[in-house]
Amino acid sequence: MAIKQISVFVENKPGRLAEITELLAKNNIDIRALSIADTTDFGILRLIVNDPESTVQILKNDGMTVSATEVLGVAIPDVPGGFAKAIRTITDKGISLEYAYAFITPKSGSAYVIIRVENNELATEALNDAGIKIIEQGDIF
Amino acid sequence: MKKYFTPEIETASREYLRAVQSARLIKMVHNCYNNVPFYKRKFDEIGLLPGDIKSIDDITKLPFTIKQDLRDNYPFGMFAVPRDELVRVHASSGTTGKQTVVGYTKGDIERWAESTARALTAMGVTKDDYIHISYGYGLFTGGLGIHYGAEKAGATAIPVSSGNTKRQIQLLRDFGSNVLCCTPSYAMFIGESIKEAGIDPKELPLRIGIFGAEAWSENMRQEIQKSLDIKAYDIYGLSEIAGPGVAFECEEQNGMHISEDYFYPEIIDPETLEPLPDGVYGELVFTCIGKEALPLVRYRTHDISAITHEECSCGRTLVKMLRPKGRSDDMLIIRGVNVFPSQVEHVILQLGMEPNYQIVVDRVNNLDIMKVLIEMSDTMFSDSVRKLEEIEKTISTAMQQTLGVHAVIKLVEPHSLPRSEGKAIRVIDNRVI
Repeated sequence: MAIKQISVFVENKPGRLAEITELLAKNNIDIRALSIADTTDFGILRLIVNDPESTVQILKNDGMTVSATEVLGVAIPDVPGGFAKAIRTITDKGISLEYAYAFITPKSGSAYVIIRVENNELATEALNDAGIKIIEQGDIF
Repeated sequence: MKKYFTPEIETASREYLRAVQSARLIKMVHNCYNNVPFYKRKFDEIGLLPGDIKSIDDITKLPFTIKQDLRDNYPFGMFAVPRDELVRVHASSGTTGKQTVVGYTKGDIERWAESTARALTAMGVTKDDYIHISYGYGLFTGGLGIHYGAEKAGATAIPVSSGNTKRQIQLLRDFGSNVLCCTPSYAMFIGESIKEAGIDPKELPLRIGIFGAEAWSENMRQEIQKSLDIKAYDIYGLSEIAGPGVAFECEEQNGMHISEDYFYPEIIDPETLEPLPDGVYGELVFTCIGKEALPLVRYRTHDISAITHEECSCGRTLVKMLRPKGRSDDMLIIRGVNVFPSQVEHVILQLGMEPNYQIVVDRVNNLDIMKVLIEMSDTMFSDSVRKLEEIEKTISTAMQQTLGVHAVIKLVEPHSLPRSEGKAIRVIDNRVI
């Protein structure tokens, strides 16, 4: 029940992010969530979009290095300790978390968090057992 | 104070020098023909017999030797003496992991040390001097070359070798060294570090700097002379011919006298291979008329220089070569280490990556910094920053191992490296020297 995330290799140079997002806008790609992991030289732009397949094609056609990764989307109740509980559930199973980023949704009452773990199946199972809601691509668009 | 180390040669008449050169060339050609199968083959191909060489004027009849010949005969195939006569071997980095190996007999080492002692004496070194040698010791000829020359001149050699600037400065100060030998860029760095440490260079007994193994400019000389309060001299050498001491500046600091009784120079047009007259820039070629173990015939250095027989105020009659202007091939000299772009390409290919790269060389704080930009590809890419950084580290380690010099690796976007008319631009050298 994973969500498809698009990762793009981006060099750290002025205007690059604007160019990439403008290209997506021109092709009517709706970005719902994004995060940038960066080092001094380069960054990895991670995107959750309405049409992952087209996005990969658009970016590749423009000469970029792109990959699609399966990540988990988790609905977190908007109360103190909501995120902590989800993370505790995963780490207690010995699954390590590579990164996470949150985004707001039109729906009130909960926040969405994208998490990248080393084992999606195990993490899904653990979260389900703990009664934490896993969201799907359709839930966010 | 001794003005010349070997006055009978250094101030000899041209006629006498030519006689010495002729005799040595004739001897050398026989040595090559009889003892090096590579040269016998080359001579036979053009129908040349050792007896056809009757004087130094006949040198143009001889074939050229190139670096690839040494690689093709790796490691000892070009040596002209049996093993028991060899006393030392040095090597310099090669393009595909194979080194260029050179050998010396006892006499070769003596003659090389003598040339270097001539150099040191011409620069004002005396028996009372402490010589701080920061060139690397090892397969590289720099450290040991100066070392033997210093001992030959009767001075005291201090084999500090390279690295650890803090310790270098402490030893310079504690020992009271009079002479510093290293690459000019490292001398600049030492000068700055001394200033940062709050040491007044005037308080140091340092008097003379002997700098070589990389290109430098008159501006750099002025800066070094000021920051270290010394007189800075250029020394020239390359391992294939001997090492440092092949040519050296005198008190005039204007052109380097060549020990031409051992290393006979020519300037040729790198395209037509025809000899060029005095004062005209072309490719510098050496014939090792004073060497037994590795008697290279008309070895193409790829250094662009000119030679002049004009009279020198120091009284030496030895021909002078002018400061090399560049290279006639694509070799880069990074902190004294020879680097060919093909070596960088080789490392990238060996790691299974696409050879879409560019080498960018800068001089930062007077030190050469080599950056290798590599285009990202689908097979290399990963969503994990850690994995991408690991890739950079793997490449950097492999570069260090093959090139012998550190390279900063930078991953860049695909198709982002400039191509001129479809041809990749492999090297951008931003150094202003």
